Amino acid sequence: MDLTRSEVAPTPGAGTGATDGAANGPGTGARGRAGRANAVRLALMALPVAFFAVFFAYPVAAIVGRGLKADGVWRFGRVGDVLSRPDILDVLWFTTWQAFASTALTLLIALPGAYVFARFDFPGRQFLRAVVTVPFVLPTVVVGTAFLALLGRGGPLDELWGVRLDTTVWAILLAHVFFNYAVVVRTVGGLWAQLDPRQEEAARVLGAGRLMAWWRVTLPALAPAVAAAALMVFLFTFTSFGVVQILGGPAYSTLEVEIYRQTAQLLDLPTAAVLTLVQFAAVGGVLAVHAWTVRRREGALRLVDPALTARRPRGAGQWALLGAVLGTVLLLVLLPLGVLVERSLDVPGGYGFGFYRALGSVEASGGTFLVPPLEAVWNSLRYALVATAVALVVGGLAAAALTRRAGRLVRGFDALLMLPLGVSAVTVGFGFLITLDKPPLDLRASWILVPLAQALVGVPFVVRTMLPVLRAVDGRLREAAAVLGASPLRVWREVDLPLVRRASLVAAGFAFAVSLGEFGATVFIARPDRPTLPVAVARLLGRPGELNYGQAMALSTVLMVVCAVSLLALERIRTDRSGEF
Amino acid sequence: MALLTLSDITVRFGDRVALDAVDLEIAEHETVCVLGPSGSGKSTLLRVVAGLTPPDGGRVLLEGADQSGVPVHRRGVGLMFQDHQLFPQRDVGGNVAFGLRMRGVPRAERTGRVAESLDLVGLQGAERRAVAELSGGEQQRVALARALAPRPRLLMLDEPLGQLDRGLRERLVVELRGLFGRLGTTVLAVTHDQGEAFALADRVVVMRDGRVAQTGTPVAVWQRPASAFVARFLGFDNVVDATVGGDAADTVWGRIPVPEGSARGERSVLVRPAGVRLVAPGEGLRCTVEARTFRGSRVAVLLRPDGPSGGGPVLEAECGLRDAPRQGAVVGVVFAAEDVVVLPDRDTRLRRPS
Repeated sequence: MDLTRSEVAPTPGAGTGATDGAANGPGTGARGRAGRANAVRLALMALPVAFFAVFFAYPVAAIVGRGLKADGVWRFGRVGDVLSRPDILDVLWFTTWQAFASTALTLLIALPGAYVFARFDFPGRQFLRAVVTVPFVLPTVVVGTAFLALLGRGGPLDELWGVRLDTTVWAILLAHVFFNYAVVVRTVGGLWAQLDPRQEEAARVLGAGRLMAWWRVTLPALAPAVAAAALMVFLFTFTSFGVVQILGGPAYSTLEVEIYRQTAQLLDLPTAAVLTLVQFAAVGGVLAVHAWTVRRREGALRLVDPALTARRPRGAGQWALLGAVLGTVLLLVLLPLGVLVERSLDVPGGYGFGFYRALGSVEASGGTFLVPPLEAVWNSLRYALVATAVALVVGGLAAAALTRRAGRLVRGFDALLMLPLGVSAVTVGFGFLITLDKPPLDLRASWILVPLAQALVGVPFVVRTMLPVLRAVDGRLREAAAVLGASPLRVWREVDLPLVRRASLVAAGFAFAVSLGEFGATVFIARPDRPTLPVAVARLLGRPGELNYGQAMALSTVLMVVCAVSLLALERIRTDRSGEF
Repeated sequence: MALLTLSDITVRFGDRVALDAVDLEIAEHETVCVLGPSGSGKSTLLRVVAGLTPPDGGRVLLEGADQSGVPVHRRGVGLMFQDHQLFPQRDVGGNVAFGLRMRGVPRAERTGRVAESLDLVGLQGAERRAVAELSGGEQQRVALARALAPRPRLLMLDEPLGQLDRGLRERLVVELRGLFGRLGTTVLAVTHDQGEAFALADRVVVMRDGRVAQTGTPVAVWQRPASAFVARFLGFDNVVDATVGGDAADTVWGRIPVPEGSARGERSVLVRPAGVRLVAPGEGLRCTVEARTFRGSRVAVLLRPDGPSGGGPVLEAECGLRDAPRQGAVVGVVFAAEDVVVLPDRDTRLRRPS
C-alpha cells in the first residue's frame, strides 16, 4: 500500500525532502532558518492560543473547579463516586456505542453522496449541495421535533404502515445521519472534486481494476478527509444534545443530556463537573488517536479545478448510483424539512401564514418575548457574521501556523483546536456567565459575548477545512515564488491564499452556519431582549399551546430559509471563483 | 570578478552527502552546464545557490558578496524548475509578470516586459491563455519567460529541456544558446543529457556523487575525459583496464597503441568507436559481429572478441554504411592510436553485461 502511494503520489521528492533534511541537519545556516521559521510559527499561534485560553480553557476550568472544590479544597473522591453509579455507567455506554453506530451509518450513507456531488454533473447539483447542508445548521431541538413528527405517532410511516420508530434508537441514529450527511459530503466531496482523475487513470493503465484503482489510489488520497469527516461526526454524535433530549425519552441519554439535566434541573454541579471532565477526557482521547493516525497521511496531492473532474453520469450503473443518492437525499433530508414546513403552515382550520404573521408582534407571543420574535433573525445574522469573522481570523492564523510540518508541540495544538467541538456547550455557556463578568474582562453586558462563544465552535471547522488544502499545496510552488522575489508573507498571499480561497469560503460557510445554529452555549448567554433564532425557537417550544408550537415551526422554517439562502449565495461565489481559472 | 563563486559547499541529508566540498566559479556572461547522473547532487547545487537549501558548510558568493543569511527572495537569481511549477491560478501573463510585480515594476513597464519575454521564447500574445491548456513545450517556454522577465543576474535552469521530445529539444537548445548570447545572461544549467550540455554550454562540469569529476569546455571534456567514470557517462563503452608502458597498453583486447607521451602504469584506456578498425579475420583481435545499429550516416557495430581468455568485454566500432559487416560475420580488429585515450584511473564501474 505504501509502495503504491509513493509511486502514484506526485511527491516533491528531492524538493521537500531536501528542505526537511536540511532543517534537521547540523550547520549554522540550517539552524538559523529553522529558528526563524519557528519564531514565525509561534507568532502566528499567539492569537489563537490567547483566544482559546481566555474564552475556552478559563470558563471550563472555572466550572470544573466550582463542581469539584468544596471550601477551597479539591474533592477528587467525587469522580470515583459518580463513576461507580450504574445509571451513569449506562449513560456512558449508550453515549459511546450510539456515536460509533451513527458515525458508521453516516459514512455508509453519505460517502456515495460525496462521490456523486463531487464527480457527477447534473441539473440542480449546486442547489442540492446547499440543501443537504441545511440540516447541519438547524437547531438540534428543531431536528428532534421534525423527526418526532416524521417517525412518531401520526407521522407518514405510522399512517401508511403503522410503523413507529420514535421510541427506538433508530430515530436517534437517523436524525444523526440527517444532521451529518453534509459533513461527509462537503469535507470528503470537496477534496474528491479536486483530485486529479489522471491518478486513477494511471493506476488503471498499470493494470488495476476500477475498484482496485479506487482502493489503492483514490481512497488513500481521500483518507485524511474521510478521517476528518468521521472524527467530526463522531464528536457531534458523542456530544449530541437536542436530538437525544427529544427522541431519547427516558430510555436513552447521552453525557451532554445528562450534564444539562444535572446542571439545569437537579442543580447537582459536582456530578455535572465530573461528567464534563469525563466527556473532556473521552474527546481528548479520540482526538489523540486521530492525531496519531493521520499524522503522516496528508501528503502533497495533485489538485485540479473541480470543474474539470465533474461530468455527466455514463452507463446504467452510474445513473443508478445517482438515482440512489438523490432518493436518499429526498427521503432523509427533504422529507423531514418538508414535514417542518408543513407543520409551520398547518394553522387551525386549514393551511395559512398565521404563525408567520404572529412572529412580527410582541403581543401574539403572550409574554414569551420582550421583542417580536422576528427580531431574532437580525440578531442571529449579525452575531453569525461577527462570529464568522472571528473564527476566520483565529482559525486562519492557526491553519497558517500549522501548515509547515512541525514537531510534537504543533501537533498537540492541532488537536487542541478540536476540543471545543467535544466539550459540553452547556458547560462553556455557563462558564462564560460565571467567569467573564468581572474586570478586566467584564463582557456580561456586551453583545460580543454571543459571537465569541459561537466563534469557538466555528474555529475547528475553519482549521479542519483549510489545513488539508494548505498542506496539499506543492512546496515548490512557494519556492518558485520565493526565487522570483516574493518575501515569505508575499508567498502566502500570492500562492497559498488564491489556492485556499475556495477552502476558506467553505470554511466561512461552515462557521457561519454553526454560528447560526449554535444553541447549547448561546441559550445561557443571549440577553432576553436579544434572542437568537434557535433560542427563540426553543423558548417557543418550551411553551404550551398550538400557537407557540406553530410559531416555533414557522421560526425554524425562517431559520432554514436564511441558512439555505446564505449557503446558496456561497455556492454562487464558489462557481464565480472556479470560473476564473 | 566571478559572478558566482561556490567554495567548499557541503550539503548532507542525514547520512547521505549530497554535495561534498564543491568549488565552482562562473564568470559573467558565461553559460555553465552541470552534467551528471541522477543523484549526483546537481539539483541540490542549484537549490543552494538559490538559498532554498542552506549548505552545511562552505560559502556562496554572488558578485563577491557572501549570501549566507540572504533569504531566497533577495538573492536576485532566477530558477526554472524541472517541472516548471507554473502558478495554476494565474494565466500566462500573470505567471510571467510575477517576478516583476515582486520587484515593484510599474504596471505599464510590466506589460511591456511580459510581452517582450514571451516574444523571446516564441509565445507572442499568449498573455491571456490559461496555463492548464498549454502543451509541455509551451509550459517550458512560459517557465523560461517567467525566469527571464525580471532579468536575474544569474539564471539557473534545472533540466531545462528534460520533458520535451527530441526534435523540439534540439531546436530549443540552439534557440536558447542564441538567446543567452544576445541577452548576455549568465546561466547555470543542470542536465543529465550530455548532448544538451555540450550544445548549450561554454563550460561543462561533470559531477559524480556530490563531487566535481571534471570541468572544461565541451570539446576538451569530450576529447579527454578525466576518468573512466566520465568516459562512460559520456556514452563511451570501450573502456578497459590496461597496463600502459611506452607506446602501447596491455589489455584483455590485446596490445593497444596509445598516443605518444601517455602516462604509464596501471590505468584504463578508452578507444573511441572510430578508432576500432575492421580488418580481415586473420589480422588483429578476432571478433564476431553481434549486432548492428544504424545511426544515420554511420553504423555502430557491436563486436564480441573470441580471444583465448574469453576475449574480454564487447567492443563498439563505427563504420560507414557500405563497410558494415553482416551480423554473425567474423572480422579482425586493430586499434588506431589517435582515437585512444589513456585514463588516469582503473575502470571502477561495473562493465555492462557481455
